[in-house]
Amino acid sequence: MSNDTLIEVKGLKKYFKVGKNQLLKAVDDVSFSIKRGETLGMVGESGCGKTTVGRTILGLYDVDGGSVLFDGVEVHAQKGKEYKALTKQMQMIFQDPYASLNPRKTVSAIVGEGLDIHKMYKTKAERMEKIYNLLELVGLNREHANRFPHEFSGGQRQRIGIARALAVEPKFIVCDEAISALDVSIQAQIINLLMKLQSQYEFTYLFIAHDLTMVQHISDSTAVMYLGTLVETGRTEDIFSKPLHPYTKGLLAAAPEADPDYEMSKPSPILTGEVPSPINPKPGCRFFGRCNVAIEICSKERPALVPVDEHHLVACHVVNTLKSEV
Amino acid sequence: MNKTTNILLPNAFEFVEDPQLDSDSITRPSVTFWKDVWRRLFKNKVAMLGLFIITIITILAICVPLFSEYTYKGQDLVNANALPSSTHIFGTDNLGRDMWVRVWVGARVSLAVGVFGSVIPSLIGIVIGGISGYFGGKLDMLIMRFIDVAMCVPSMIYIILIMLFIGSGPISIIIAFALTGWMGSARSVRGMILQLKEMEYVLASKALGASSASLIFNHLIPNTLGIVVVSMTMGIPSAIFYEAYLSFIGLGVAPPTPSWGQLSNAGIAVFRVYPSQLMIPSALISLTMLSFNLFGDGLRDALDPKLRS
Repeated sequence: MSNDTLIEVKGLKKYFKVGKNQLLKAVDDVSFSIKRGETLGMVGESGCGKTTVGRTILGLYDVDGGSVLFDGVEVHAQKGKEYKALTKQMQMIFQDPYASLNPRKTVSAIVGEGLDIHKMYKTKAERMEKIYNLLELVGLNREHANRFPHEFSGGQRQRIGIARALAVEPKFIVCDEAISALDVSIQAQIINLLMKLQSQYEFTYLFIAHDLTMVQHISDSTAVMYLGTLVETGRTEDIFSKPLHPYTKGLLAAAPEADPDYEMSKPSPILTGEVPSPINPKPGCRFFGRCNVAIEICSKERPALVPVDEHHLVACHVVNTLKSEV
Repeated sequence: MNKTTNILLPNAFEFVEDPQLDSDSITRPSVTFWKDVWRRLFKNKVAMLGLFIITIITILAICVPLFSEYTYKGQDLVNANALPSSTHIFGTDNLGRDMWVRVWVGARVSLAVGVFGSVIPSLIGIVIGGISGYFGGKLDMLIMRFIDVAMCVPSMIYIILIMLFIGSGPISIIIAFALTGWMGSARSVRGMILQLKEMEYVLASKALGASSASLIFNHLIPNTLGIVVVSMTMGIPSAIFYEAYLSFIGLGVAPPTPSWGQLSNAGIAVFRVYPSQLMIPSALISLTMLSFNLFGDGLRDALDPKLRS
């Protein structure tokens, strides 16, 4: 593993039991890595396992296979104090700003929780000073410290959530659809804040979203997920300019355009049908049922993620056969 | 000409002072959660009235038997069935016992049974429900199925059986309540814990490296406490009523020890002739139940910061 890689995910598997003999394969053999100071955007439809990937990386869920290396340390092998030390370096910004703040705690208690857990101050005055600085960093005022979460708007709450994550001075932050619950103007504010903080503190982000334009804007690399598996990864510009996997193509085509004339003239969407259930999936390519270029092998064998370029990987039999024929 | 009047010239504006400058001075002082609850409760007039009546009744129950010249079993047969007067404030019963003292000795029994008969089962319920919800799995299944089965039978039947088995008296009543009353609160606490432990703020706390103990004491318990405290307060009047009912049918405290239910039972025999002997204890039962209900309502509002104005 090269030294500039911060997060290395290898063959990650996370299954949930749902009833008798039924296994929900939320994440099934996912591998990727994130370089220091970079942002990996992760996109995919609802329920494809993006959030589970994020939570599993942080060790909030146990793994059912594979491993996560953070700076060379295996996250799920750490217990007790060692895991606690790891939590200081990896943080998460949650999806729902209404559910992610304890309604009974004041803002200073919420933001200060990490400081308390990791004993990051000597005096009470120092603790309050740190909390005030964090609030100002995310664009809130000192006077907000004694208020309760319900006194804030969604955007402000999300800023409190960001301040909480930043309190422990982490290196790596998982943004789990951090902006999807906010309205568009606030989304831009939060994105700009995240990018400003990244340039200031060299954070590494895993940016989980389903808004493609946001991902294009913020990420250095992009990973496309479908039903618990990665179908395509690569540099963001490559993914958006020359998508190879039929699912990526469909996803990009489905994103609405700002120009209404162009939007009207667009060909009908490539993606049809519903995402099949991840419970006891069939063998073969997960995308088989909805794919318009599928060939015989697709129903039998699961395609592996293979490089087509130096940084561009794709998991598709059709793309691979085309490439080998050339 | 008209147009010029509509143009706003730069000198038509003046600077306002930066509102941010003195924003610190309007900040609410940092208060703890419980101080804030007390402040909100204090503002609620109806709840404070309830608390006031409860306090008065408690003080009278403690002081009257201590300082009165009569005792609850001392007889004054010449003055039997006396009406309220200056010598006997509430009159006397058919055995010439002073009702004023008997009522407040009875209040001791009724209040003690009410408070302990509600708090002890709730505490047992919190512990069992908390364990069941937090750890889940087979243990949870076992506890919940047990409660399902045990709750099928009306609790009054258990209480009567227990009373028959261990004998009557205030302590037996509390034990009987403790053995039957924990199931409801265990169930509701379990439900709340199950819901809370999946909340994102609990995950956030886990991601910050918080221990299980810190999760339970910082996030789970404070968020269930409000509802539990309210249900405890609301449980007191029903425990008082159960005690009164048990004593009324002759299963509660044994004579000559008075309780409100027992006094009512005695009063009903002479109701047509001396209505005050029934009216006084039953009015006190009603007043106490009402006060606890009003106070419980106010407490629920005070414990919910979302309702804060």
